[in-house]
Amino acid sequence: MENQERFEPRIVGFLCRWCTYTGADLAGTSRIQYQPNVAAIRVMCSGRVDPSFVLQSFAEGADGVFIGGCHPGDCHYSEGNYKAVRRYRLLLKMLAQFGIDERRVRLEWVSASEGERYAEVINEFTDSIRTLGPLEWNKEQPVVSERSIA
Amino acid sequence: MSKLNVAIYWGAACGGCDVAILDIHEKVLKVKEACNFWLWPVAMDFKYKDVEALADGFLDLTLFSGAVRNTENQHIAQLLRKKSKVLVAFGSCAHTGGIPALANFYRKEDILKRVYEESQSTDNPNKVRPQVSHKVPEGEIEIPALFDWVKSLDQVVKVDYYVPGCPPNPERIWEVLLAVVSGAKLPPPGAVLGAGDKALCDTCERKRSEEKSIKEFKRIATTIPDPELCFLDQGLICMGPVTRSGCGNQCTVASNMPCRGCYGQPEGTMDQGAKMVAAIGAALEAKDPEAIDRALDSLPDPAGYFYRFSMSTSLLERRKE
Repeated sequence: MENQERFEPRIVGFLCRWCTYTGADLAGTSRIQYQPNVAAIRVMCSGRVDPSFVLQSFAEGADGVFIGGCHPGDCHYSEGNYKAVRRYRLLLKMLAQFGIDERRVRLEWVSASEGERYAEVINEFTDSIRTLGPLEWNKEQPVVSERSIA
Repeated sequence: MSKLNVAIYWGAACGGCDVAILDIHEKVLKVKEACNFWLWPVAMDFKYKDVEALADGFLDLTLFSGAVRNTENQHIAQLLRKKSKVLVAFGSCAHTGGIPALANFYRKEDILKRVYEESQSTDNPNKVRPQVSHKVPEGEIEIPALFDWVKSLDQVVKVDYYVPGCPPNPERIWEVLLAVVSGAKLPPPGAVLGAGDKALCDTCERKRSEEKSIKEFKRIATTIPDPELCFLDQGLICMGPVTRSGCGNQCTVASNMPCRGCYGQPEGTMDQGAKMVAAIGAALEAKDPEAIDRALDSLPDPAGYFYRFSMSTSLLERRKE
C-alpha cells in the first residue's frame, strides 16, 4: 500500500473568540505556514463548547476535535476555561468507554499573541491524528475496563 | 362511541411498563369499557397469526414497550406498525433503548461468551450456543436471532408518539389514554406525550446553591442524603439537569433518591450523556487537571451512569447501522 495517498484527517476546531481564534488570526497575518486540516469554528468561550458538539463532530465524521481557550486566569468571562478543562477531563474518560482514543480530543491554551504557538499546536495535533488514522469508532472495541464482564 | 382497537406489546422489556398500565388501578375498568384488546402478551392469550389477519391500520392505538433486541422484536414492531394508526413508543426502552441498551457497551460475541461459557453458574463443557434454527423429528424450529445492537423502536419503524419513563408515570398514562379515547386533537407526530418539556431541576423544590462546587462524588449506596438539599450540592450524581420533567418527581421528592434519567433528555438537548458532562464540568470545584482527575476518580463509570436509559439514541450510537 506504499502508493496509497497520505491520510488527511478531518479535524473540527472550536476556538475561543478572545484568545485562540485571535491567535489563529495572528498566525495567518504573520504568514506562518501550518497544516490546513482544522476547520475552525469561532465560539465566544471555550466554556461554550458543549461536549455534545464534540460527540456530534465525531458522529458526523471528524477524526479529531481541537478546543482552544485562554490560559488559566485569562478567561474573558473569568471562569469559562476552567469549566472547559473539567468537561474535557470527564469527556475523555467517557469517550474511552465508547472506544474512542483520548488522543483524538485536545484542549490547549493559546493566547491572542501566540500565533506561532497556534501553528505548532495545530501541526502537532494534525500529525498525531494522522498517525492514529481515520476514526472508525463503530468498529473499535469498546473499553469498559472498570466493569469488565469477564 | 365505538370501542377503540388497542394492542399492547413488549419487546426487550422487563414488563414494568405493563404493570404501570395496571397501576392506574380501578380506572383500568374504564379502559376496558373503551377499548377492545387485540394483543397484550403479558395479560392475555393472543396469537400473532390473529394480529396478522387484521386489516392494515385496523388498530387505533398500539403501545409498544421494550427495546428492539432481536428479530422477533423487529418482526412484531413491523407488523404492529402496519396494523396501527397510532404507534406509541411506550417507556424508556422503546423510547431511547433503556436498560437493555447498556449492552451496547459490549460486543454481541462478548455477551454470548460470558453468558454461555464463562459465568460462574454456567455448566456448558461443549460450549453449546443457541442456534437460530434446529431440526427436530416434527420439523424445523426457530428462535429469534440476537442483533448486534440494542435499538430503540424508532430505529426500526416510524413512531408516532413517545411516552417516556421507566416506567411511565401512571397518572401520565391515564392522561395519554384519555386524550386518545376522547378523540382530542393529538399533537403533531413525533411529539413526546405524558411529560414536560423542561428539565426535572425546573420542577424540583430542593434547596440549591447558585454556584455548585463539588469536591468529590459520593455513592447513593453508602450515603444517606439530606432530604432538603439539592443532590448535586451533596456530591450525589442526580440526572435532574439533563432529564425531562413530568415523572411527578417520584424519586427526588417521594423517595429521597437522585434522578436516574429515565425520562430521557428534555426538549432541545442533543445528547443526554454529553449534556451531563457539561453539567458536572460546571459544578466541580477543582481547577487544575490533576485535582480534576482526582475528583473524577470517585466517578468510576460516567458513560454507564449518564446513558443509563439513553444509550441507543446517544449521538455516538445513532450512526451504528
